[in-house]
Amino acid sequence: MNKFKDIKKIIVEKPLKLDCGQTINNYPLAYETYGKLNGDRSNAIMIFHALTGDQFASGINPITKKDGWWNYALGPGKAIDTDKYFVIASNVIGGCMGSFGPSDINPDTKKPYGTNFPVITINDMVNAQYNLLDYFKIEKLFSVIGGSMGGMQVLQFVSNFPNKALTAIPIACTASHSAQNIALNELGRQSIMADRNWQDGFYEEQNKQPDKGLAVARMAAHITYLSKAGLQEKFGRKLQERDDLKFSFDADFQIESYLRYQGSVFVDRFDANSYLYITRAMDYFDLTKKFGGNLSKAFEKSDTKFFIISFTSDWLYPTSENRDIVIALNAIGKNVGFVEISSDKGHDSFLLDVPDFLNTVKYFLNTSYEQIK
Amino acid sequence: MKKEFYNIAKLVTQNSKILDVGCGNGELMKYITENISKDIRGIELSKSNVQKCVEKGLTVIEGNAEKDLRQFPDSSFDFVILSQTLQAFLDPENVLNELLRIGKKAIVSIPNFGHWKVRLHLLLKGTMPVTKNLPNEWFNTPNLHMCTIKDFENYCKERDIKINLKNLKFHNFFSELGIFILEK
Repeated sequence: MNKFKDIKKIIVEKPLKLDCGQTINNYPLAYETYGKLNGDRSNAIMIFHALTGDQFASGINPITKKDGWWNYALGPGKAIDTDKYFVIASNVIGGCMGSFGPSDINPDTKKPYGTNFPVITINDMVNAQYNLLDYFKIEKLFSVIGGSMGGMQVLQFVSNFPNKALTAIPIACTASHSAQNIALNELGRQSIMADRNWQDGFYEEQNKQPDKGLAVARMAAHITYLSKAGLQEKFGRKLQERDDLKFSFDADFQIESYLRYQGSVFVDRFDANSYLYITRAMDYFDLTKKFGGNLSKAFEKSDTKFFIISFTSDWLYPTSENRDIVIALNAIGKNVGFVEISSDKGHDSFLLDVPDFLNTVKYFLNTSYEQIK
Repeated sequence: MKKEFYNIAKLVTQNSKILDVGCGNGELMKYITENISKDIRGIELSKSNVQKCVEKGLTVIEGNAEKDLRQFPDSSFDFVILSQTLQAFLDPENVLNELLRIGKKAIVSIPNFGHWKVRLHLLLKGTMPVTKNLPNEWFNTPNLHMCTIKDFENYCKERDIKINLKNLKFHNFFSELGIFILEK
């Protein structure tokens, strides 16, 4: 892809056997780094992005020209202090910011993969990203951190590589995707597939874009990232640039206008097929499956120190699901802290300016770092 | 730091694995971390106290001891500490059983309702005692199950819970606080 020619990426030569059975190799993995790696390579943090994130977590995203998705948490002097730590962020495989994804050209057909791209899983994503440790010659990460799908990757990473991260901060996530979340993801996928421009996934070769379907998927998902109280406080029944109802299907209410805007800007930066593939990966995520339903077993070999964070108003990945991870770790005597942060900003809290949350991350990282120095 | 905490800290051994149940703002945990054992964590119900523990860099689990102790395996800690909280639980018997299950030893402190000041207060004034250790009125006290040192000793005796007295001397009449080391 031409627009990605100036971004950092590695070409992973080592074959990766995907959960679906296919094997990939020589695939691109796009990444970005923040801060400096210290002499003994002990200050590296790997962060994992959520569904629509990418490697540009801080500063300005050079492709979209928008703010990085974790500007509140990541940067000099911030919770994840880039004056102190070396932070690696990469784009998941299946994504659309330069890593191997469905809009890449299939060498066999010379056309974009579209829905011929293999179905990938959280496990596949993490195994691909692990190659960055070799690339930067990092023996052990100081921390692995991520929220939402990023948190699932944190859990998967520790399970797959039990001695490769000193600390782990899974935020607002789950160890096993719930029926409600699968349902919500399916709603988004069906919305994309119902757009006539989707063309069974081969829209790019026909110069079409399923923008309407993708926008509706984003609108529906966006509601799930907020809370009822947060929506009510911000929008209530306020009208959009009008004094009274228009008795039409125009966006009378501010919330309608807001959602339409969120949908319209999303389609400019995100690929519809990537949305299908990544939501599928989330749905397939069940860390307990390999261990006969016993989550503790996923972490048995790990020596990682965990800190788990949830938010009071997050109904997408509620406290109870985060607490299940805490319970599983306590059941095998692992070192784990847990905090539920008060916030009315819903699931999105981890991306926003929520001081108690940001301080929690900061204190946990700083005190853990002092202990290894 | 409260004198009680120094006394509790004296009872735990170097580098032992410790759980502080109802760890409050983390004062005792911090002292133990810095002086006796780094392998300590706490459970705390109050969000503001949890934040204070986090600020001190302590490992804290936000949770409710009445429900959340059951997730720990048997004998997973050398010491489980419960400081002046037992009387505030809905079901103190269950909590005590859990402490003795997950801890090889349990250090439990209780405000002594048998202290002479408490007895005198009730005797002379005829109102519910309010003292330094029991600062609340009857209508806003968190203490649901008050007992005396003697009550607690009888309780342990009936259930074959071994009270390891160590160097402590208990005086039902003169101690405002009872500190016990218990073993099942």
